[in-house]
Parts: sequence; structure tokens; C-alpha cells
Amino acid sequence: MNLWKIALRSVQHRRLASGLTALSIGLGVALVVGVMVIHGVVSHTFRRSGEGYDLIVGAKGSRLEMVLNTVYHIGKPVGTVPYEYYKEFESGRFAGDVELAVPCCMGGNYKGFRVVGTTPDMFDEIPFPSRRIDNDLSELATDEEREEARRREQDKFADSKGLFSEGENFGWGDYFGGVVGATVARKTGLKVGDKFRPVHGFDAEQGEEHDEFEVVGVLRPTGTANDRALFINIEGFWQIHEHGHYDESLDVLPGENASAEKPDSADHADANVVPGHDEAEHDHAAKEEEPDHQADDGHDHADEAGAGHNHPHDGEDGPDHAENGGDDEADHEHGAGDGHNHAFEGEAGHDHDHDHGHDHGRQVTAILVRTNEKQIARAMALPKIINQEGDAQAAMPAEEVTRLLEGIVGNIQAVLLVFAVMIVIVAGIGMMVSIYNSMSERRHEIAVMRALGARRTTVMSIILLESILLSLGGGIIGLVLGHSLIGLLAPQIMEHTGVVVHALQFQAAELILIPGLVFMASIVGYLPAVIAYRTEVAESLSE
Amino acid sequence: MLELRDVKKSFTLPDGTPLHVLDIEEFQAGAGEQIVIVGHSGCGKTTLLHVIAGISRPDSGRVVIDGWDTTVLSEADRDQFRAAKIGYVFQTFNLLPAFSALENVMIGMAFADGRADRDRALMLLDRVGLSHRLTHKPAQLSVGEQQRVAVARAMANRPKVLLADEPTANIDSGNQQQVIDMLRGACQQENVALLLVTHSPEVAKQFDRVERLEEINRVLVSNRD
Repeated sequence: MNLWKIALRSVQHRRLASGLTALSIGLGVALVVGVMVIHGVVSHTFRRSGEGYDLIVGAKGSRLEMVLNTVYHIGKPVGTVPYEYYKEFESGRFAGDVELAVPCCMGGNYKGFRVVGTTPDMFDEIPFPSRRIDNDLSELATDEEREEARRREQDKFADSKGLFSEGENFGWGDYFGGVVGATVARKTGLKVGDKFRPVHGFDAEQGEEHDEFEVVGVLRPTGTANDRALFINIEGFWQIHEHGHYDESLDVLPGENASAEKPDSADHADANVVPGHDEAEHDHAAKEEEPDHQADDGHDHADEAGAGHNHPHDGEDGPDHAENGGDDEADHEHGAGDGHNHAFEGEAGHDHDHDHGHDHGRQVTAILVRTNEKQIARAMALPKIINQEGDAQAAMPAEEVTRLLEGIVGNIQAVLLVFAVMIVIVAGIGMMVSIYNSMSERRHEIAVMRALGARRTTVMSIILLESILLSLGGGIIGLVLGHSLIGLLAPQIMEHTGVVVHALQFQAAELILIPGLVFMASIVGYLPAVIAYRTEVAESLSE
Repeated sequence: MLELRDVKKSFTLPDGTPLHVLDIEEFQAGAGEQIVIVGHSGCGKTTLLHVIAGISRPDSGRVVIDGWDTTVLSEADRDQFRAAKIGYVFQTFNLLPAFSALENVMIGMAFADGRADRDRALMLLDRVGLSHRLTHKPAQLSVGEQQRVAVARAMANRPKVLLADEPTANIDSGNQQQVIDMLRGACQQENVALLLVTHSPEVAKQFDRVERLEEINRVLVSNRD
């Protein structure tokens, strides 16, 4: 029988007091665990969400807002940049500096879930977190290891099918195809083949309904904000917004603001807003057909103020986006030649030269940019160049997220942790009071131990071990309770935030709980232990 | 085996005056010898046992057990010595309530050298007829059974001296003799010197050697005079 067992027996003997003491510590520890795990998961989710690209380029304004809006679908867009600006990354002066540029347009929702207009590159080229969920590259030690892992991941998911639990990515020519996040699919019941009709704005309760899109793919859960979003073909996005009636009370729509600056009401009179446009005249029956963008002579939408776009969406030919500048609402025929050279060449390979005539006036909310690793010096200078030019701004999501996490979120976490630790400390003081009070009853017991040959240091150790056992018991209760609560609340957390947490998700920081509790137990157990140490045997035996 | 020479012990009263309790010029006990010490209440019987056990250090004199003068040992060493060489049976049993009968026997072993000889503990409990009560806590045992566990516990570390402080005072007459027999039998078997304090003439008359504290404690002698 060792001292641990002796201490354990003493703890067990006072079941009620020991249980309540351990429970009070456990509640504090559960709070600490909750704060640690949720913060850890949120941090991890935030950091992971921005993987696959280095920069986000968008309208000037708050960089953090831009990152939050683009990556995490939080808040509203800072503004928009012209589509022509996006093309600078695709085929213009920045083309050599970047490996990939994916445009994003925001301005609609479906049942409260963000609708993002983008290109298939979003899923074909960007390594989404779900691909890495079991292989966090950041944990690999060297650049070579990371590069090797990246190659393996890309090979493995070269066709992007690993991303989808159902269906597949929308094609370049599939203008009215959409991909829905895992949470969206679960909450709305959308599945491949279903139709959905986004509404204007970010509020589920407002906004006019747009044309129907068809779900072609359902994403696997990624544990990121993308689970709570719908992704539609950017071309379809433009079309519905270009044809929509802009409501000033709603948010800026990428198709409506020609300025790179944060929009104001004056911008809404932009050329491609379509006054008097009759949506009923649009026939989107052809959305699954191969588009026919054969027009060579792109034309300037700016010259078409008040005219708007005319999209016949011819059932046979696919949507001919050859705005002919006419203001005849009935004229929805885009004849070859007066249209534009649309890059959306259908599923069979696409060139990224979206050189269609009605590009001008179109806007994108943000551009996800992966810089060219082979042009490292130029790539590194790219944000500075973009920011100096005044048309747009570039933000590094990792940097902004780190700033957010270490700044605001980190401070909140610190405050919560301080409160939680205070609760543990208060519980620890309660434990000290409990043991201290028990000492008067136990003086005789301690004296008996001494009479049996226990040294002063031995009985002192036994009391300290009791304190440590109670703390460790409380710690175990807290860990179990904390993780159980996380497990119980996981569905709600996912529903409301999109953050995927599991009961068995542990943070390395939790490891300090055990030595921390042992340390605390040694402190709070010291006073009762000293009383045990000072117990006079002869005197106490006669009591 | 046991020798006390010029052992004096006094306590300080709250008003600061000393209270002399023991003054023993000489007292000896041989290995395996069984001695009963009798005396009226408050004559220093328990103090004598505490001094022999090293629980209290005498003000002066020597206490030699198995060749060791315990009065020169540090308190920690006396504790260690007590655990290894001395068994103690209390009037009120003093079993530890959190531990089972078996654990109460083994806990003394933990204090002696840290090694718990489970087989010996089982044997001792079997010897006192409690092999069927191993896992019972003290509260689940009768007073007679509790004292039998205490006897087994006192023998756990193969002591040289067993001190029994009125071991039958709190048990019914039916169990008294049983406990005395067990104590004496155990000491005899393992050649342990037994010093049994009692105020019971029935118990005292069973021993060959009876020491009256009033006669060996010079404090009491001088008070009487």
C-alpha cells in the first residue's frame, strides 16, 4: 500500500465532500476546456479556410472586412472591382505574378445562406480544406515536406471529385449550375438535381427572387464557412443580377457598381443596371446547354447606359451574351458577331480569357489570388503594387486572420480563459477549505498514522496527495464534461457558425491543465498539509 | 531487549508550572517477556508507553530497545524505528475508518519500509479469526473484531516490543479474554516483548510479571510519601 492509495482511500471515505469539491473544480475545468477547444477549432477553421491562395484582392476599404466577407462569408462586401481588373490577373499585367486568380461575386442568398458567384476554379484549383482535413500541411516540418504533401493532395484530388459528397463541380458552361455546402444541403434539403432560386441581398427575408439554379454538386463537410454557402457559376450570377432590379436598400451587387471604390448611391446608376428590364422575358431554359459566345467584338457596356443586357438564353444556342446595345427589351437575340468572345467554353476545357464583350461594367467582389511561386520576388511585391495603385487593395488572409485571432478574438479568449481559470481557482480555494475543515476531524486519524510509524512528512504528503487527487479528479470530470458538452453542442455550433467541432477534439493547450491542476493542488493543499505535519501525536491520540 | 534508565518526563501546565509525570530509575523487559503494568488512572501509564514508543521524547534518561537508544534519535528516525520495531494496540482500537480490515493491517507496513506484505497481513488476520472480514471497514466490524484487527496490525511489522494500552477496556467481557489470549499468543509465537497496561485485576492476574507503576515511578512514590 503506497501513499497514493492511502490518500485515495481518504478521499473515497469522504465521498460527498470529495465529490462536490471535485465537481466544482470540474465545472471550472470544463469551462477552460470549452474556451480552449472552441477557440482552437475556430482558429484552426479560420486559418484553414484561407488556404489555397495567398491574396484576396478587392475594393479598397477594410482589409479585415474583405477577408471576413470573402473567406468566411461574414458581413457585407467592402465594394467591388471591375471585371477588367480581374482580367489583369488572368491575362493582363499581373498574369505572370500569379498562378491562379478566382473571381468571387457576392450579393445574394438562399434561405439566409450566402450565394457566391465564382468560376469552377474555386473547386478545381483551390485545395479545399476537406482535402486536408486529415493532413494539415502546416504541421509538416519543412517546405519540401509541405510541397510533397501538396503534390500528393493535388494528384489525389485532381478531378475535385473528392470534394463532393454528391454530384460534381459545375462546368464553365453550366451557367445555372450550383454547388451547395454541406450545411446548406442538410438544412435546406437541397440535393443534386434540385432547383433553388437565390434572392437579392444577404437577408433571407428580403430581396427579390432570381432565376432558378440547379444543384449539380453537394460539398463534403469542410468545417469552414463554405459549408454554409452556395456557389453558383459567376456567369449565371452576373446574368441574374444584371437583369435584376436593383434596390438601394439592399447591398451592392457586383454587377452594378463600376467603381472600385466602396459604392455609393451614385454608382448605382451604372451603365449595366437595367431599368425597366423585364425578367419575364428571360428564358433560362438553356442554362445547361453549351454556351455560345462566339462574338468577337466585345462591346463597351459603359456606352449602354440605360440599355442593360439582353440575354435571350436561347434554348438551342445557349446564352449569347452579345449585348447589342439596343434598348429594345424584346431584342434578346445575340447574333454571332455582335456578341462577345466568352471564355466559358463549356466543360471541355476552358481558356481563362473571359474576353466577352459585356465584361465591361461587370464587377467582382473579390479575387482569390495564388501567387506564382516561381516568381517569388514579384509575387511578394504584388500586394504592395496593388495597394499603391489606388484601384483596389490586396490582403493576405493569413495575415489578417492572424491579426484578428491574436487581436480581438485572442483578447476575448484571454478574458474568457481568465474567468474560467478564476472559477478553477475559486474551486481550488473551496477544496482547501474542505480539506482544512476536515483536518480537525482527522487530527486523531493522523495521530494514529504517526503512532503507527508515519513521519510528519509522510502525513503531510498524504494530505497533499489527497489535494492532488481531488484536483485531478476534478480535472478528469472537467475534461469529460467539457468535451461532452462540446459534443452535445456541436450540432448547434455547426448550425449557427458552420464550425465543425467534435467531442474528441483536443487542444495541445489542454495538456497544461494537468500540471496546472497539480500545481494548484500543491498550493491549496499546503495549508492543511502543514496542519497535518504539526499534529502532536500524544495530544491528539488522547482526544 | 527493552531498558529504561533514569527516564523523566514532565509537561508544562498552562500557567507555566511543570507537571512531573514519570521518573523511572530502571525498567527492563526481556525478549518475548510478557509484562502487565497496572496503576490507577492518571498515574502515567500511557505516558510511559508513549515514551517507550518514541511518540514522546523523555526529558532525560535513556530508552534502549533492541540495542538502540531511541532518545538520541531524531523524530523522523524515531518514527521509522517505531514503525519497524514497535507494535501498538490502543484502548480505543484506533483503526483507520477509511480502510478495510486488511488495509488497516497493511498500512503499518507502508510506514515501515513501504512494502506491503499482503500474505503476512492475511496470515495475521487469519490468526485472529478474521479471514472472512478482510474487506470490511471498521464501522462494519464489532468492537471485539476491531480490536482483533488492531492486534493483527500491531504485529504486522514483526515488532520487538508490543505495547498494549488497556486493550480490553472498551470491549465486552466475552471478547476481553479472547483479545488477551490473542495478544499473548501472537507475542509468544514471534518472541515479542509484551507490555500490557491495564487496570483490570482479572487481566493482570494472568501475567507472571506485574509491575505497579506506583512502585516504579518515583514521581508517584514521592507524591505518596
